[in-house]
Amino acid sequence: MINRRTALKSLALGAASTLAIVGALSSAHAENKTLKIGFVGVTSGPAAAWGTSNVRSMQVRADWINEKGGVKIGDDTYNIELVTFDDQKDPKRAIAGMEKMAQEGIHYVVGPNVDDGAAAVRPVAESKGIIYFPYAFPKALYTPPASNAVLGMVANYQSAPAIYKYLKENKGVKKIAFVAANESDPLSQRDGGVEAAKALGLEIVAQNDTYPNDTRDFTPVMTPIVQQKPDLLVLSGVAPANAPLLIRAARELGYEGLISAETAQDATVLQEGAGELANGFISVGGASTPEIRSAEMEEFIDRYTKKYGEYNDESNTKVYALDYIVETLKANPAAIDNVEEYKKTMDTFSAPNPFVKEGTLKYVGQTSFTQKRQISVPMVVTEFKDGKFETLFVGEVD
Amino acid sequence: MEQVIANGLYLGAQYALIALGLTLIFALMNVLNFAHGQMYVLGGFVTYAIYGQLGLPFPVALAASSITLAVVGALIEKFLFRPVVRRSEREESTMLLAAAVAFFLDAVILLAFGEKQRGVPKIVSGVFVSDGLIMPYDRMVVGIVALAMIAAFVLYMQYSKPGRAMRALAQDRVAAQLMGVKVDRYSMIGFALGALLAGAVGGLLVTITGVNSGIGGPISIKAFLMVMIGGAGVVGGAIAGGFILGMMESVGLTVLREYGDITYLVIFALLMVFLSIRPNGLMGKPWG
Repeated sequence: MINRRTALKSLALGAASTLAIVGALSSAHAENKTLKIGFVGVTSGPAAAWGTSNVRSMQVRADWINEKGGVKIGDDTYNIELVTFDDQKDPKRAIAGMEKMAQEGIHYVVGPNVDDGAAAVRPVAESKGIIYFPYAFPKALYTPPASNAVLGMVANYQSAPAIYKYLKENKGVKKIAFVAANESDPLSQRDGGVEAAKALGLEIVAQNDTYPNDTRDFTPVMTPIVQQKPDLLVLSGVAPANAPLLIRAARELGYEGLISAETAQDATVLQEGAGELANGFISVGGASTPEIRSAEMEEFIDRYTKKYGEYNDESNTKVYALDYIVETLKANPAAIDNVEEYKKTMDTFSAPNPFVKEGTLKYVGQTSFTQKRQISVPMVVTEFKDGKFETLFVGEVD
Repeated sequence: MEQVIANGLYLGAQYALIALGLTLIFALMNVLNFAHGQMYVLGGFVTYAIYGQLGLPFPVALAASSITLAVVGALIEKFLFRPVVRRSEREESTMLLAAAVAFFLDAVILLAFGEKQRGVPKIVSGVFVSDGLIMPYDRMVVGIVALAMIAAFVLYMQYSKPGRAMRALAQDRVAAQLMGVKVDRYSMIGFALGALLAGAVGGLLVTITGVNSGIGGPISIKAFLMVMIGGAGVVGGAIAGGFILGMMESVGLTVLREYGDITYLVIFALLMVFLSIRPNGLMGKPWG
């Protein structure tokens, strides 16, 4: 028979055990250190979609890693904490953002999203010991003596020659026209595209047509270009918000040739904005299509959709940067607060790519930049059809 | 050439409609409503939600956009602008308030509707094609509706009692008050009407150009441009400014295309020269 004293003893023992377990668990959690990763990019204004997809991808991935108990780097386990800064696509604010990252002791920063921002933060990153991952294409950022920037995606001067060559050989493209927003990124992408087209012997029928990025009605912009009757119309550096409007304007003006872009687009945006008029649109899709993606990528998409209500196809590429940082630090724990160690590791680094069925994470860019200052993501060239991207071909940089 | 003129007229009709609400609010309250573009965006998203997402008829969505923005405008006037206009001794205070409202709406819209460009199904399919002109039917419908709305607005301001009261307010606020016009009431109606126009045009144009959360600022700037050309606070000026800007864009983008994106450079340069000659714009004082 259980008397009162025994019952009290049992209760006390149970309470002590519970406290011990809770204490052990919380101390295990508390033992995790914090690894701060920064983001400096645009999350407001007309280009908000670019940076927002970065931040959301990073947040989903960081939450996921933390939920699994953190990431083990050397002898320590870290929870990932994101520190974000909206530069509003303003280079001055980008510099302020990078200064803030330095003040917080952050050594690894994703962004900025555009050329002038990426160029502006270079002195801060180099003087404060920060490795940053821009989504900007100027080669000077990645070519010696520069060494702190790592290109976070496939550049247009890498994808354009492959796309034009494919279209020349498979679709009989001979005449090509370019149209770009009047901003540094699209204009430099257009110039890269013109060079690639010339190298392939294509006839360029339009290359000076530009538009302000906040244009809402593209019919006046497209009217003179469509009259040139190109076989291929290239929307250089086109923002996802503008792509459906440009496609729709061209098609409604009677243009029947091919349309392509070397920037990642979003299937929902294309479908809503242009519908069946967007069928056949060729772009460098996010680095994942159903044919090549792994179960982990499927889970990432699922988590992203649950957290934010809707997936963004740009995140197929944007998810990679955080994993590259974490995996490289795992490969060389000394790099956690020493970017020179990180740079040493980049030359030999290799790890399984969790987002595709077969592939490795590795740094590339030797051909374009004479040093490995680019993350390797699959270059998936896609064709839009009935609301989805279908893989046209898959290429690789370097 | 027919295509260029048609493009210009179509652009002009939509621009004029965008500028009308802005100029009305300026005329009545001497407030430069920096949030006009954000109100346009909100109107676009309401139509997107009702017509694009819920699948209700487009006229219902357009009416909902107009009413929503009218209510939002009335509330903003009553609880924000009215106290500031009453208490502040500096006119800049209303400009700061308008800028704050613009930033606030930007953030709210981004949170509520996300960062992506949104579009809705076409309201009319098909394209009109002739030897010199290609024009999708939905643009023709939108252009006609825009012109009808402009005409309805002008008639309302000219012949209705509230319209006459608002014109009186715009001409001389103190005199109108002395003549028995209820300033608070008609200021609120005027602000609501200006916001309603922004919402209506946002809802109308989402069928052609879609909408995204970041375009409010650029829309406001373009509307200011039209108002400055026509004369701030003048309804006829806003309409004229809209059509002039639309035609200049259309012609510039065709004629100057070989020189890159200098169309707006030329437009702004011409505007500077024009304003130095006619600082009050084409039509001078509010309602003549």
